[in-house]
Amino acid sequence: MSDLILETRALSKRYQKVGAPALWNVDLEVRKGRIVGLLGPNGSGKTTLIKMIAGLLTPTSGELLIDGKAPGTETKAIVSYLPDHNFLTGWMTVEDTINYHADFFADFRRDRALDMTGRLGLDLRQKTKTLSKGNQEKLELILCMSRDAGLYLLDEPIAGVDPATRDYILQTILSNYTENSTVLISTHLIADVEPALEDVIFLREGRILLQSTVDDIREKEGKSVDEYFREVFKW
Amino acid sequence: MAWKFDPERPIYLQISERLTAEIVSGRWPAGTKVPTVRDLALDAGVNPNTAQRALSEMERDGYLETRRGDGRYVTERDSEVQRQRRETLARRSATFVGDMKALGFSDAEILEAAEFALKGDTSHE
Repeated sequence: MSDLILETRALSKRYQKVGAPALWNVDLEVRKGRIVGLLGPNGSGKTTLIKMIAGLLTPTSGELLIDGKAPGTETKAIVSYLPDHNFLTGWMTVEDTINYHADFFADFRRDRALDMTGRLGLDLRQKTKTLSKGNQEKLELILCMSRDAGLYLLDEPIAGVDPATRDYILQTILSNYTENSTVLISTHLIADVEPALEDVIFLREGRILLQSTVDDIREKEGKSVDEYFREVFKW
Repeated sequence: MAWKFDPERPIYLQISERLTAEIVSGRWPAGTKVPTVRDLALDAGVNPNTAQRALSEMERDGYLETRRGDGRYVTERDSEVQRQRRETLARRSATFVGDMKALGFSDAEILEAAEFALKGDTSHE
């Protein structure tokens, strides 16, 4: 068994025949048991990469392996994906939503989801469309992290929520992650997630600019990843 | 609540420094059980591998010892802690003196400032 959960070789994605590709020649290796930040400005290809790993987009060219396999039914069973937009079905209650996910995913831990929603004070009978935006995002994260997945893909999990909710979300990620699972978090709010990350990947205009550990950047550059990012991506 | 970290230095170092301070100051006497990697990671709001590295470094430096199957403890070897205490004082003093010299202060000025600081006098006029 390889200790890589994710491997890409010259991975590229082009949405149109003309113009710049969304991702170009991406070579990546992500080891199991890491929390990895996927960082880059808007339009750098973060969501495109995540959607290809989730199996929602087909690569234009190149190779993509998840736990040694090409994206498909088998990889979807071990990948838990949190999209960057609301995916709740509004007329369902919190409990309906949890049951629906429990039916859908073999690795879904209903007890864990109920425990987390309980601690958060969410009413199981409430329809999800009536939840506040913050609570909707928390519920979505709970659904994603309640699976015993090998790879969690979190696309902008902390955008648009208040700092206290951000702390809650990070705590939830840290407390549900195990050494057999890998978490890939895309964000541009680096300072908030930096202590939780072990590795970072910088994307710029669809290319990998840098892959490093957080502590290596701090050691070599003498600055935080957040400060380093601002320097690298300065206009 | 997550801990605060300086931006310019590795996070694992800052965690081990903070825990080392607990031991050197005596707030964590010999034989104290230290938090598990997981608890430490959650408490500090950091990556578990970062917490692991912080504890491993402290073990390597002789502050902590692992009891098989029972986690990490502050070392019972008091001489080791005393040696580490003196080393910490020497190392931090060297850093301080180096920083002050880089700012152009003379030996006498540094000594004087240290004495003032020790007396709790901050006015220095």
